[in-house]
Parts: sequence; C-alpha cells; structure tokens
Amino acid sequence: MSALAGAVVLGIETSCDETGVGVVRLRADGHVELLADEVASSVDEHARFGGVVPEVASRAHLEAMVPTVRRAMEVAGVRPSDVDAVAVTAGPGLAGALLVGVAAAKAYATAWGVPLYGVNHLSAHVAVDTLEHGPLPGPALALLVSGGHSSLLEVADLAGPVNQLGATIDDAAGEAFDKVARLLGLPFPGGPHIDRVAREGDPDAIAFPRGLTGPHDPAYDFSFSGLKTAVARWVEAAERAGRSVPVADVAASFQEAVVDVLTAKTVRAARERGVDHLIIGGGVAANSRLRWMAEQRCADAGITLRVPRPKLCTDNGAMVAALGAHLLAAGVEQSSWDIPADPGLHVSEIVMP
Amino acid sequence: MLVLAIDTATPAVTTGLVQLDAAAGPRTLASRVTVNARAHGELLTPQVREVVAEAGAALGDVDALVCGAGPGPFTGLRVGLVTAAALGHALDRPVYPVATPDAIAYDVFRDAPGQELLVVTDARRREVYWARYDETGARVDGPNVERPAELADRLAGAVVRRAAGQGAELYADVLGLPVTAPGFPSPAGLVGAAADAVLSRATPAPLTPLYLRRPDAVEPGARKRVSQS
Ligand SMILES: Nc1ncnc2c1ncn2[C@@H]1O[C@H](COP(=O)(O)OP(=O)(O)OP(=O)(O)O)[C@@H](O)[C@H]1O
Repeated sequence: MSALAGAVVLGIETSCDETGVGVVRLRADGHVELLADEVASSVDEHARFGGVVPEVASRAHLEAMVPTVRRAMEVAGVRPSDVDAVAVTAGPGLAGALLVGVAAAKAYATAWGVPLYGVNHLSAHVAVDTLEHGPLPGPALALLVSGGHSSLLEVADLAGPVNQLGATIDDAAGEAFDKVARLLGLPFPGGPHIDRVAREGDPDAIAFPRGLTGPHDPAYDFSFSGLKTAVARWVEAAERAGRSVPVADVAASFQEAVVDVLTAKTVRAARERGVDHLIIGGGVAANSRLRWMAEQRCADAGITLRVPRPKLCTDNGAMVAALGAHLLAAGVEQSSWDIPADPGLHVSEIVMP
Repeated sequence: MLVLAIDTATPAVTTGLVQLDAAAGPRTLASRVTVNARAHGELLTPQVREVVAEAGAALGDVDALVCGAGPGPFTGLRVGLVTAAALGHALDRPVYPVATPDAIAYDVFRDAPGQELLVVTDARRREVYWARYDETGARVDGPNVERPAELADRLAGAVVRRAAGQGAELYADVLGLPVTAPGFPSPAGLVGAAADAVLSRATPAPLTPLYLRRPDAVEPGARKRVSQS
C-alpha cells in the first residue's frame, strides 16, 4: 500500500451512450480521492429514436474519446507521467461501444507503460460510492438500478468477489421509467421527467401491481414488465373512456410501485443476510422518491444507507477509475493486453484476467 | 523517421514499424498482419507491442503514426482509429490518416507501375468498398460503397486494367478484372501513401473514419397498444 500511496488511476467508460473519463488518486489512508470526472454524452442524438442506437453511440465515443481524456487530465492537473494505471469498462454493455473504450485504454496504458484493468461496469457502480463516503467498513449490499440493469449484489470488499442475490427477470428499472414516460408523452430519457411530474401526483391514486412479491416468487428478483403493461392498459382504458389521463397521478403511482418493490426486497435481503450497509447506485438512484423511501426503510431497519450524488450514479469514468484504484491497492493482477470487450460480462467477474 | 502503421479497415489487423526516408521510401522493420475479422480489438494492441519489441525499439522512439481511415466495417475500423488517436495523444506524436485503399494501391504501383487500378475491399451485406486509380497511381474516383454488379456497370465507361484487394478476389467473376496482390493493406503501403505529409511534418488531417454509410436506426412509430379491443 505505502508504495502505492499517491497512485493516480485513469478510468474510461463507454458501455452505453456516455463517454466518461475519470481520474482518481489513492491516498495513504486507503481513501480514493476524485480528481476529475468528465463526461461527453450522445444522449441528445438518441432522443428522437426513443432509445440508445448502438452505432450512433459508438461513433460518438470515437469522436469524444481523446478530447475527453485530455479534458479529464487537465481538470485533474495530472501529466501523462503521473498516471499509474488505466482502468476501463470491459463489460457488460453495448459491444461496439465497449470496444472503443477498451481499445483506447489499451493504447494509453501501453504508451504510458502502466497496467491495464478491464473491469466490470456493475462493480464500478458500487465502487464509486467510496469517492463520496470513504472506504467500505465491511460487507455491504448494493442495489444497482439503471437503464440496463437492476441487480441486488452482496459485496464483501470492493476488490473481491461479488455475489448476485437477485436481478430483474425482464426490464431494468430505468427501462421501465423510460417506457412509461414515453407512454405518458414525456421526453427521453424519461426517469427524471417521471420523478418531476410525480411530485404533483398522488402515489396511492392507482394501485399498480408489485412484481414478484407473491409468497412463492423469488425473494430477491425483480420484474417490471408487467407493471409497465399495467400502466399502458390503464392509460388506454382512460383514453377509450374519453377521460383525460391524470399524468401526475399515473407517474406517481407507477414510481411508487417500482420504489416500493426495490426498497422492500433490498431491506429484506439486508436483514436476512445480516448486512448493515446498503449502497444504491445506477442512474435510477437519482430518483428522489427512491432515495426518500430507502432512507425511511433503512432507518427503521438499522441499516446505514450510502447513495452517491446523482452525477456519480449515472455512467461515468470516475467509477471505473475508483474500482481500478481499489484493484491496484489490493495488488490484483492486471488484465492481459488481448482482453476482449465482453457485452455479457457476468457480474461475478470484477476484473478480466 | 520511425513510423508506426495501423489499419483495421479490412479483415486483416495490420501493424508495423516502418523506417521512412525521403530517398529510400518506406522500409518495414517489423510487421504483423493477422487475418481475423472478429478479433480486431483483441489483436491490435498486442501486435503493436510485438512489432515495437521485434524492431528493438520503444514506443517512445516513434516519430509519427499512420492509420488507415477506411472505408471498412465500422466496429473493426474504430478499433484502429481510436488506438492510433490514443497512442498519438499519449506519446504526443502526430497521427496521419490515409484512405485504406490508397495503402493497397501504393503497394501495387510500387511493384508494377503504369496501369490503371481498381481497389476493392469487402463491405459485407453483399457490397464492396472501392476506389479507382489512374496510370500514375493517383486516386480519381471513390472511395465509395456499392453492389459489385453496380460497380461493374460503372466501370464500363472507365479505363481499368487490374484490381487489387480482397474484395476484388471475392467478386472477380462479377468485376471481370485480373486480380493482383495484395489483398490487404501493408505497413509499408500505409506509410508510403502518407509519406509526403509525414516527411514534411505537416499538420495531420483530422482522423475521421470513412464510414460511407449511415447508422442503422429507425425512428419509432406510433405507440403499440397492449389491450385487446
Ligand atoms: N430521477 C430519476 N428517476 C428515475 N429514473 C431515472 C432518474 N434519473 C435517471 N433515471 C434513469 O436512469 C437511467 C440512466 O441510467 P445510467 O446513467 O446509469 O445509464 P445506463 O446506460 O442505463 O446505465 P447502465 O449502463 O449502467 O445500465 C435511465 O433509464 C433514466 O431514465
């Protein structure tokens, strides 16, 4: 550790539509300090398609890569010779998009003569919390909820193995937000719009179904596709009956159903596993209702809740750099130079060999 | 000058370390050309490391980079371009783009000058990327993407005596032209095609990929109903 104190790690993230480059520094006390977090997003180019178009995202990554690395290094005030390792999201994500980041990371690490870490995107979403709240005191649960993922993970330490307790069996939570937003005529990506509109609505106005909460359902898995269909049916029925759709009430009731299930299952898992720290990450962690309900339920259950600020919850390079710093500190062996981008990288594989 | 050459616009992953002198032209010190259309991302950086080591050099010794800018299948093409761009940034060296068919043409004209040439590479989806060169080796048409049969029609009005590139072999029966080597761009061909810019230390042109096709994407239509009615 002492030899590594002050080590600087550059992280690259291109798994979806965000070109993220972060720079962090490992301190002697084990804290990882954020030096830069630059993000170039192609989200506006995808908006008219109602979802991310892989080829459009990949093209944008290529254009943005070097300028974003330049910016991040400027902001961090580091020179090339200061960088001690390069970490990159190797998966899961969009194949062509991931590949741009992986190729760039290999080139930077090779040119600078430093180790390369090809890391798991989900683990990076968990590790990012240490930039804001310091080292993990012990085992923790992590609820990752984004446009592409909804997973409940048990993490003993950040550089060690991850145990997936549950995951969505159909749509991701963010995907459900985006689809319901579209149904309600709100712009893409819809999560923030639902969040905003729902503040004016009644979360108990409509009793939407809570997926996979029956006595025989898997305790820690999620399902949001049935909920999305229920909302669509409700809206269509209202339209057919010639009633105007109460957008705020529908948004609030839908959001309540998602947030209720996410928090109930997570708190139950924490209790059953005897874990008393919970991290929530991913784009949906920005949701104000989710934050509020998680706070209530964690307080009641004696669980310490850690939710990074929204900028760190959405895809970014700082989270990748943070995970890289933990791997470096733990003495984990670097990835080989011929690693692929793996769109289906399993959550149990934190770093590619 | 010591030049690192990279191209991933064809099924080949081309890398090489090339010595470039104004009088002698490009001379290859070490090269790796692996034909594997599905592993550009895996192969490229290891090959770069290998050619540099084999030449007994270090990456820091490289004076400039040359990179094939396509046209080529998108995912592979980007691997070479982003690698070259990142290496150029990290090493603080200029990166010169060349159109990939120009690199193939350079090799053809170096070995056998004086005859008009068509360079054809595989664009998948039963199409080809092509570029046409006059008897001096100057590009006079393309690069473009088309069906082989359409290209053959277009050639009716032009003087072309030979074809090179793997696409020329694949569609030799449609194009009806004698096929000469090489099938893929070589390190020396890449550096040769960019020699003037590299030797004059000109400010490189932007490293822009030659996609020639728009992304496949459709705007969504009206909302699908979920209720039966
Ligand atoms: N306030 C919010 N409430 C609900 N959902 C939100 C909110 N803010 C963002 N989201 C949702 O988060 C998702 C974006 O998450 P993120 O930035 O992590 O990107 P992603 O590409 O989905 O990530 P990943 O690659 O990790 O799956 C979108 O689906 C968006 O609607």
